[in-house]
Amino acid sequence: MIRYVFGRLLSLVISLIVASVVIFVVIEIAPGDPASFMLGLNAQPETVAALRAELGLDVSKVERYFTWVTGMLSGDFGTSYTYRSPISELIADRVVVSLPLAIYALILSTVIAFPAGIYAASRRGGVGDMSVMGATQLGVAIPNFWFAMIMVLIFAINLRWFSAGGFPGWDKGFFGGIKALTLPAISLALPQAAILARVMRSSLLDMLGEDFIRSARAKGLSQRQALWKHAVRNALIPVLTIIGLQFSFLLAGGIIIEQVFFLPGLGRLIFQAISARDLIVVESVVMLLVFVVIVVNFAVDIAYAAVDPRLRTKT
Amino acid sequence: MTLLSLQDLSITINGKPILHDVSFDIRAGEIVAVTGESGSGKSMTALGIMGLLPRGATATGQIDLDGVDILRTEEAALCKMRGNDVGMIFQEPMTALNPVQTIGDQVAETILVHRAAPKAEAMTRAAEMLERVGLPNDRFPLSRYPHELSGGQRQRVVIAMAIALRPKLLIADEPTTALDVTTQATILDLLRDLVDEFGMGLLMITHDLAVVANMADRIVVMQHGHLVEQGATDDLLRNMHHPYTKALFAASGHKVSLPTNSHSAPFLSVQNVTRDYRTPRKTLFGKPGTFRAVNNVSFELNKGDRLGLVGESGCGKSTLTRAILGLEPVQSGTITLNDAPVFSGKKPNADVRRKMQVVFQDPYGSFNPRHRVDRLISEPFHLLDTPPTGAARSDAITKALTDVGLTPADATKYIHEFSGGQRQRIAIARALITDPELIVFDEAVSALDVSVRAQVLDLMAKLCRERPLSYLFISHDLSVVRTITDRVLVMKSGEIVEQGATEDVFQNPKHPYTQTLLEAAPTLPDDQATR
Repeated sequence: MIRYVFGRLLSLVISLIVASVVIFVVIEIAPGDPASFMLGLNAQPETVAALRAELGLDVSKVERYFTWVTGMLSGDFGTSYTYRSPISELIADRVVVSLPLAIYALILSTVIAFPAGIYAASRRGGVGDMSVMGATQLGVAIPNFWFAMIMVLIFAINLRWFSAGGFPGWDKGFFGGIKALTLPAISLALPQAAILARVMRSSLLDMLGEDFIRSARAKGLSQRQALWKHAVRNALIPVLTIIGLQFSFLLAGGIIIEQVFFLPGLGRLIFQAISARDLIVVESVVMLLVFVVIVVNFAVDIAYAAVDPRLRTKT
Repeated sequence: MTLLSLQDLSITINGKPILHDVSFDIRAGEIVAVTGESGSGKSMTALGIMGLLPRGATATGQIDLDGVDILRTEEAALCKMRGNDVGMIFQEPMTALNPVQTIGDQVAETILVHRAAPKAEAMTRAAEMLERVGLPNDRFPLSRYPHELSGGQRQRVVIAMAIALRPKLLIADEPTTALDVTTQATILDLLRDLVDEFGMGLLMITHDLAVVANMADRIVVMQHGHLVEQGATDDLLRNMHHPYTKALFAASGHKVSLPTNSHSAPFLSVQNVTRDYRTPRKTLFGKPGTFRAVNNVSFELNKGDRLGLVGESGCGKSTLTRAILGLEPVQSGTITLNDAPVFSGKKPNADVRRKMQVVFQDPYGSFNPRHRVDRLISEPFHLLDTPPTGAARSDAITKALTDVGLTPADATKYIHEFSGGQRQRIAIARALITDPELIVFDEAVSALDVSVRAQVLDLMAKLCRERPLSYLFISHDLSVVRTITDRVLVMKSGEIVEQGATEDVFQNPKHPYTQTLLEAAPTLPDDQATR
């Protein structure tokens, strides 16, 4: 088990190094240098030179790469050209909204999907199964911003239970923050829950056809006992994979939902930075997102091993 | 005392009749074997007794287990009965256990689900049961997971699960079909001992008539869902009434006559071949270990030779086969066909490769379902520099199909339209179409029913008479190797421990392993096999 964790950890570090090199190179090979790109076509040569000096572009590329990486390791992501403030602060302000939102949405989606998937699998072919599958079909088909707008109409405008958007900040109290994130989290969670429920169901149905379920039934377990005691844990592997992918998406992919609810999240930051050609911000935020994705994958790998003893003995 | 009594049991699945009016009894302490070919309804009978019929199945008649009519019992009561009064073991031990639970938990679950004992006592009893089936606690602690055990050991766990509460009836559905012969012998011994010790009734389902003849007190023969004949084993073997029973036993001991081989020139030469596999690293930065799958193997195959290769799973048969086909490099030694190496540089030697063809075990998995038969069997033409086209191609296809007993019209059909035996004929046609000098039959008849197997063996003998056919016949089934080969190699742990003329080796095995193998293999009583 320790070897397995150590092996996964090593692959995590290697992935991070490779990713940082790729991101750096891609930004570097953008036509012209970052300074002239950021200032646009009509910039004066002196302005470009000044920005180059400010961004530290006048040293060698290798040196710049190491400055960038060591800076990030110590929490210094550089200074944004457009915002004129440290990027670490910009990111920190957004992460306190995006990260709780992503976790909130993921919890909701899991809480909805697990029972729905298990229920549908245990009622295969029946009315319950068909209703759940019909609902998930809709959930997959309907875009999340449409859910968002409908929920704003119902719960914010008509019932006035929630505000229609904005984020008061965590210093106004935990429940205030959670309340502001509830409608966005539900809109993000519904389509994800629909996908997850379908994966859970089909994975469970695969497991219910396995020989060891028949063995369990021959021991005297009822269909329901066999499902809960033997099928669910075995069905978790593909489900964990999807959860890992969904978390990464929820963290940065919520840009439309952030837009609908006026939330100052990471998605909006990266969108604004791209519009303003603020390459330094783009580079750092992308690196941060890659970091999160890789760490989440590591966590999923560890979860696999917790579920499946066969992985613990392999390398 | 009658333990189980089936009266006119009929089963339909979604309206399709599967079983017709089956009636037989089992007494306590008695071993009854139900035998027949695939599709005869053997397994469905067993599932009916367990009350575990698949969705859409309806059963009529009566299944009386110790005074309880199973077909008229509620599911909740059936759950109490399963594991308690009747246990079941299955064919495939590799998948019959939950991979994410320890063996101790899985055996104890039988006790816990019936609330027969509290958790701690259930674990103690699970340990006792595992000990009883030959998995002593010091070497096989309860905390082992299934993947840490071999196939035979897993089957012992499945048996322990089934008998943990000492049921009155044990149903064993092909319990040894997936196991090697020596493992099969120990598992069959175990089952027999358990029947004696516990006074259980044992309903054994198997297609292997030799196992049936050795194990059963009584035999039930089934065909297409009908019970065609039943009787005490000795009576039935001595005096078969139904033509199907006679045909089944005749096919099981089927012998073919091969023409004598007049060639003596060496043709395929395998000299001191060693094949290593890398094993996972023991430490993170340590060197990977190696596993020697084939160790210093040498043999020659003459033109026209029919050479057998026998051995148990993991002995290196398949690795050696892949090396001969030039699919993988070897670490030392040489393999040549007509003095040309089968593997040159980093890839198979195409000149040699086109002279060899192979027929695999699984007649279902070895064809692309989206291609027609003409395309499937003409695939080896890719190996030729100038493949035949137009009329020459269709003539070759027609000839290959008629040679294996199919019709030219079959060329335009898809593979799903054929039975398992016909598919294996198509596989042989595919191997023959380029007129190869050597054919490798890799467990080519192992998945077939005995009557179909007999037909395919006849086909092979016929082909041998018609053309100078040389083949390497790899099989775990000793009785088949005995009739279809003139020379045989016995392989164990990567080495060839004995080789010689087939009949000599079978009648007078020299190596202790060959002796063990032959002793372990169940055989039909001689006079029955030749009837």
